[in-house]
Amino acid sequence: MALSAINRRRLNNFKANRRGYWSMIFFVTLFIISLFAELIANDKPLVVSFDDQLYFPFLIAYPETAFGGDFETEADYRDPFVADLINEKGWQVWPLIRYSYTTINYNLTSPAPSPPDAENWLGTDDQGRDVLARVIYGYRISVAFGLILTILSSIIGVAAGAVQGYFGGWVDLIFQRLLEIWGGMPSLYILIILAALIEPSFLILLFLLLLFSWPSLVGVVRAEFLRSRNFDYVRAARALGVRDSVIMFKHLLPNSMVSALTFLPFILTGSIVSLTSLDFLGLGLPPGSPSLGELLAQGKANLQAPWLGITAFLTLSIMLTLAFFMQEGIRDAFDPRKTFQ
Amino acid sequence: MALVEVNDLWVTFKSDGKDVPAVKGASFNIEKGETLALVGESGSGKSVTALSILQLLPYPLARHPEGSIKIDGTEVVGRPQKEMRKFRGNSVSMIFQEPMTSLNPLHTIEKQINETLLVHKGMSKKAASARVRELLELVGLDAIDERLNAYPHQLSGGQRQRVMIAMALANEPELLIADEPTTALDVTIQAQILELLADLQKRLGMAILLITHDLGIVRKMAKNVCVMTDGEIVEANTAEEIFLRPRHEYTRMLLDAEPKGLPIRKNAAVPDITSCRNLKVYFPIKKGLLRRTVDHVRAVDDITLHVKQGHTVGIVGESGSGKSTLGFALLRLISSEGEIMFDGKAIQDKRWSELRSLRSQMQIVFQDPYSSLSPRLSVGQIIEEGLIVHEGRGSRLERRDRISDVLKEVGIPPEAQDRYPHEFSGGQRQRIAIARALILKPKFIVLDEPTSALDMSVQAQIVNLLRDLQNRHNLTYLFISHDLKVVRAMADSVIVMQRGKIVEQGPATEIFDNPATDYTKALMKAAFDLEAATPGVVSS
Repeated sequence: MALSAINRRRLNNFKANRRGYWSMIFFVTLFIISLFAELIANDKPLVVSFDDQLYFPFLIAYPETAFGGDFETEADYRDPFVADLINEKGWQVWPLIRYSYTTINYNLTSPAPSPPDAENWLGTDDQGRDVLARVIYGYRISVAFGLILTILSSIIGVAAGAVQGYFGGWVDLIFQRLLEIWGGMPSLYILIILAALIEPSFLILLFLLLLFSWPSLVGVVRAEFLRSRNFDYVRAARALGVRDSVIMFKHLLPNSMVSALTFLPFILTGSIVSLTSLDFLGLGLPPGSPSLGELLAQGKANLQAPWLGITAFLTLSIMLTLAFFMQEGIRDAFDPRKTFQ
Repeated sequence: MALVEVNDLWVTFKSDGKDVPAVKGASFNIEKGETLALVGESGSGKSVTALSILQLLPYPLARHPEGSIKIDGTEVVGRPQKEMRKFRGNSVSMIFQEPMTSLNPLHTIEKQINETLLVHKGMSKKAASARVRELLELVGLDAIDERLNAYPHQLSGGQRQRVMIAMALANEPELLIADEPTTALDVTIQAQILELLADLQKRLGMAILLITHDLGIVRKMAKNVCVMTDGEIVEANTAEEIFLRPRHEYTRMLLDAEPKGLPIRKNAAVPDITSCRNLKVYFPIKKGLLRRTVDHVRAVDDITLHVKQGHTVGIVGESGSGKSTLGFALLRLISSEGEIMFDGKAIQDKRWSELRSLRSQMQIVFQDPYSSLSPRLSVGQIIEEGLIVHEGRGSRLERRDRISDVLKEVGIPPEAQDRYPHEFSGGQRQRIAIARALILKPKFIVLDEPTSALDMSVQAQIVNLLRDLQNRHNLTYLFISHDLKVVRAMADSVIVMQRGKIVEQGPATEIFDNPATDYTKALMKAAFDLEAATPGVVSS
């Protein structure tokens, strides 16, 4: 599809902002890599050749008996006994990091949390799990959570703001009062209470955080709609007999997207931070999940093991900074008044 | 020595990495105490030239590759902004076109004006306050005591322009640059402001650089004239010579461009296409804690009118007289009371969905072609919208053909349908807006000041186009305007409105030849002679 002049201008503006451009490349690359975390950090080999037959243990669970072992349960590939069985009649390819986020290293040379060494590049946490593997999985879950939450709250926020701004009057008045009441709720307390009542999972947390994150966009979109609903081109469309829903979608929404976009960086970083803080408090994702907030909490509890805190801090700050610079670049590219020299 | 000497001035703007010239070697002098007019259409570089005198362009995006500007013998091109401040608002000051956006909405009138007094003159607060009163008296603002603490939004357009002028005069400038000072105002207010400027010049002996697209204003105000087009001054002479013996063809084109001609005589024995009886539009004024309605603004007050098929009814009046509101109410775009007939059907009580099928037969064209076209849709998408609503999507090719046809009819190349509105000039945009109204083959079109936002030369073209289309398609127009020059060229009958009521109505020739009321006379004087009426007849 050919880009229209205005979009080409935006793309050029975005590229001209080198900080934003490179931040996007790093952020997206890291996210794509983390999407394939199972291929990078896993406690199962990627490919096993046994008796001239190929096995893909990271995808399919094979019992130990398949490789001539004793148990009907899934093979534990990290067990030297199983490794010997496989190597006798074939070969195996391991991922770069031989730990998944739940794998516990029982052969630590010092008590957990153990410092970084050749086996565990960033050390292990207080349960003997590899920190690097947990960071990779944790990055994936944080960014995915942030993106999904941002998209969902944008959709709800834009729709609510559009309805309020377009119809105005009583609709607007009542909606605004409801929003004020809703906004006055102490959201973190309510989240803590709810998290205590319901066993939190990824989806439940997403829903709970969504309850409190969507109103942030309403104000901006509402203001844009209020402003432009009296423009002549909207009047002209009404004079043509165009339906309200079409006017909102075709005429008003595109014009209010720029200001909505201005808000997205804050929503994305905000979503990631709120998930992390819930995890940090121990109220977030179920125990055992790879979570940066939990790593942060461990760092706080084990000050004698600084690699935990430092890793979590660096991961979070780099991720949030990249995300912010990237979206700052996108926002500026959409700003028609911005001139780049 | 002249007060301002501009010599071979070039201005370029950076766009997509290239320097695009906006002014190409302009030279002129402004003598002390005289008025020089810079005339040209929008985009001719006249405002840019004026802004460079005060070095107010967005540097470094704008550059002066060559040329010199001397104020009182001092070179200003390339002078740092800090030093320019001693000229700005001091020996040279400026008034702008749009009085609404050139005043700070959060400052009172007093604060706007005494700012320059405190900055440039270092006056004490008390002395400044006295000077502010003096200035406001000078510019003829009434009820000064109340106005000192008023905010810009509490004043009318004309009053705001007076405040702007008072601000500009605060430090007794030797040169006043007036950039289209009356374009955004009604003709009646325009006449008052022009009179004020001429009077002030006589009293204070300052020079005026007047920037305008309207040769009528030039004829009334200026001693010397520079005609600009495409960044170049093509003709410079005394006003007398320019009007008597224009030498450049562009000047002749400008002189020819006033809306002229009369509507073609039409058969009077045709049925009404639309009419209304006792139409009222009241806007409530709400006050107090409970927002109770204490009174109404009677925007349209008990109006009865008939529009015959194929005829043009002109509605004239000052701004705020309810002309546009009447037009909107007739199309049921705002709610009103009273009987409205369209094509033999009563439409006042029809629901919005029932009206939809009738909408294809009644259309509207707005004043400002910049805000009436959605900036994010292509021209084709804008025009096809009505087709899709009323005739379904149909085949894409057929739709494109019909859009091409209607574009050709309004004088826009059909390829334009894949471009965006911002690529077109004001006049072309207005043609696109007309095409949007026309594609559904309506019977009745409300034209709400369709020429007021356009350059004089473009106004004439649009008037001709509209007359042409009317003859070809037997269209009926309701033509709303404050400018009687345009109305005379278009209307078969005229309704004069003031404060929501009809003060005079009748066949156009009768109204123009023998206006009965003072109000109509004042409107005509302002439009044709640019002369202000005796106070009290029209609003100030």
